[in-house]
Amino acid sequence: MVSKHARHSSLPVYFFRRLTYFILKRIFTYIPVMLVVISATFFMVHAAPGGPFDDDRVASPEILKQLNETYNLNDPLITQLGNYLVNAVQGDFGPSYKYPGRTVSELIASGLPITVELAFYAILFALLLGVLSGIIASLNPGKFLDYLPMSISMIGICVPSIILGPILILFFGIWIDILPVSGWGEFSGDKILPTITLGSAYAAIFARLTRGGMLEILAQDFIRTARAKGLNETRVVFFHALRGGIMPTIGFLGPAIAGLFAGSFVVETIFQINGIGRYYVQAAFNRDYTLILGISILITFFTLTFVLLSDILATYLNPRLREKGSMN
Amino acid sequence: MKKISLILFVFAILSCSSQESLDVESANKQGILLLDNGTEPQGLDPHIVTGVTEHKIIIALFEGLTMQNPKGEGIIPGAAESWTISSNGKELLFKIRDDAVWSNGDPLTADDFVYSWKRILTPALGSKYPDMLYAVKNAEDYNKGLINNFDLVGVEALDEKVLKVTLRTKTPFFLKQLAHYATYPVHPNTIEKFGGISNRDSQWTRPDNMISNGPFILSEWSINKVIKVNKNDKYWDSDNLKLNGIHFFPIDNESTADRYYRSGKTHNLNIIQTEKISKYKNEYPEEFKLEKYFGTYYYRINTDIEPLNDVKVRKALSLAIDRQILVDRVTKGGQKPAYSFTPPSENYYDPPTYLPYDPSLARTLLAEAGFPDGNGFPEFELLYNTNEGHQKIAQAIQQFWLKELGIKVTLTNVDWKVYLDRQSQGEFEITRAGWIGDYVDPNSFLDMMVKDRGNNMTGWSNSQYDEFLMKAAFSESEKDRITYFTEAEKILMDELPIIPIYTYTRVYMLKEEVKGWFPNMLDTHPYQFISLED
Repeated sequence: MVSKHARHSSLPVYFFRRLTYFILKRIFTYIPVMLVVISATFFMVHAAPGGPFDDDRVASPEILKQLNETYNLNDPLITQLGNYLVNAVQGDFGPSYKYPGRTVSELIASGLPITVELAFYAILFALLLGVLSGIIASLNPGKFLDYLPMSISMIGICVPSIILGPILILFFGIWIDILPVSGWGEFSGDKILPTITLGSAYAAIFARLTRGGMLEILAQDFIRTARAKGLNETRVVFFHALRGGIMPTIGFLGPAIAGLFAGSFVVETIFQINGIGRYYVQAAFNRDYTLILGISILITFFTLTFVLLSDILATYLNPRLREKGSMN
Repeated sequence: MKKISLILFVFAILSCSSQESLDVESANKQGILLLDNGTEPQGLDPHIVTGVTEHKIIIALFEGLTMQNPKGEGIIPGAAESWTISSNGKELLFKIRDDAVWSNGDPLTADDFVYSWKRILTPALGSKYPDMLYAVKNAEDYNKGLINNFDLVGVEALDEKVLKVTLRTKTPFFLKQLAHYATYPVHPNTIEKFGGISNRDSQWTRPDNMISNGPFILSEWSINKVIKVNKNDKYWDSDNLKLNGIHFFPIDNESTADRYYRSGKTHNLNIIQTEKISKYKNEYPEEFKLEKYFGTYYYRINTDIEPLNDVKVRKALSLAIDRQILVDRVTKGGQKPAYSFTPPSENYYDPPTYLPYDPSLARTLLAEAGFPDGNGFPEFELLYNTNEGHQKIAQAIQQFWLKELGIKVTLTNVDWKVYLDRQSQGEFEITRAGWIGDYVDPNSFLDMMVKDRGNNMTGWSNSQYDEFLMKAAFSESEKDRITYFTEAEKILMDELPIIPIYTYTRVYMLKEEVKGWFPNMLDTHPYQFISLED
């Protein structure tokens, strides 16, 4: 057993070493995951009927052949996949088939800031609402103020955004007509409904996680000690209990952010927001193979990264995990 | 942490304010037209793109030899100040304006047109509109790779400003085709600088790179936000241009577009939501526009399969549809019932065909075909691409056929690409279809139904029909030509491999201060003639 002093001074070094090892190990596992995602997406999009150059103005077979040759779509699929991977590794995700002269990277660059902004607002909304209602519920176990937020959160979890979005549109956009029902940053308040639609399912989950975490912590001896020492309740709750009580929420933050990007596909489509989620859906309809693949790679990358970051954060904040060396 | 969250969230909500953008009032003062232009264009390369959205921007940036007459269906001189046509109609000499120059000051030459036409016909470019030039001698062969020497194609520069075009046969609508953007010139040096004649993914259409010859030049292109063009001071007629610029907004949501228009952010509302049509018509009669459009909505029948190969069955299906009820109660966008494939125009081509609603005759014909009261008629599938409008029409027609003929139809909606794929593979019984003509001439519709044409897709052919179209192509007088088209149209409406449903209309809003914007069947409004009243 090391002395208290020694342990503290060596912690950053020890932690950093473990962290580096942990990150490298994780990144190593990313490679096969990415390969599987790219290959599966690649074969699925090519298996869908119709091609990128089909149009109601039917092009002659000669022209279609030319177009396919230009983009190497006549090669065997496995060769196409190989070429794609080689280029993708070098950061070249190819040209968009739907928008000649535009690269996939360029289109993603135009849509990503909007999706990130939407996801950012949604996660803030979810955290604020979820954590607050979780705390309120945990302080009133078995009472009305517990049942109310928890029942609402159950509804929030159960109602998917594809239903919630249109309901909000119907109510706020059509019946009482106070909020725009589409666009992003074009009219005052048009960011509100998409943010709520995307964030509410996560707010509900955060509420339940926070309530659970808080209940566990509030029952512990150090909280009783804090209260016995005469600390006021706000200080007990927010400075002592919340640090531990919010752990489950922090742990879920990574998957939640990753999920928000995936959820933006639905929300951006409902509210016609030109982020990458909508691009993705449109690319699928247009059979814009390269754009579909490019966005799939990006979303996979985000998912893996945020899960990793959230694991690191959870470990860093939780001394028990930190000391037990959970980063294995 | 929560405090920070709270602050950020409040910031988020506060930042939901709208972007800085021009409103109609100040735009009027600055001479800037603010247009709701539907969707983000595929691109701005006149030899690559194919859509209406793109067309509206490209006619601001480029100019062909001829130009659409803003008031009607004909054409007026564009980059060519005049032309002569040989007595056999096959040779055309175009005199390009002496003062026509590119936006960088280079003169616009006949060689530029030769280069541009070579470009669109180059097979490797993969243009989808090369057929706009197929009337030119050997152009089709060159495009299909049957000949490799472009010198054999009937276009040559006699001198810097004179272009000679040799057609394979007399083609009365060729001058109209020259008003189409597919035949517009591109700046050869710029094309070569950005990847050469066959590069589809060239960057030459970017604001900093583009050299154009139209009344406006591209100044900004923000994806999914706006495309801005400014007056081109080097344009040959720039002294008469009244607009200083145009902002094209890609607003593909009808509700957002409506809000843009109502809040004075655009001069037009490209599409009015169906439920608002009658309201706007009554409340804003000066701004409300309902105009004929050169397009037909129709059902395409696979005539290769039984019992749809029987003309009596096809006639019965057509006779059972009450088109008037359909446009009045279902589509409700001011559409006109279609009784011919080519949309009629009073002063040019008005086919005498008629497709009556006559259920009892329909039942008789169906009985003659061997299906009295629909007995024994196999249930078939009506295919359409997923869209609420198509669905409503399909449901109505499904009811007509069931109620009047006792025929059961399954409705199948699939996504656009699957729909196209199934049509081109012939894997359908009946599908919905629509066609917008590229130039106002019966040929742009009737030619589609000639045997083995790519867009025929019905399996139907009729040698007499093909012959009439051939005769129309070779006819000496315009009157004969129209007569041949009319005869062909009669055959088509008698055999009904396609069942026309309605003629398209354009229903939109336009601010009163926009002047020089005239109704026409192609919905083309050359910006050279448009002005804004302050």
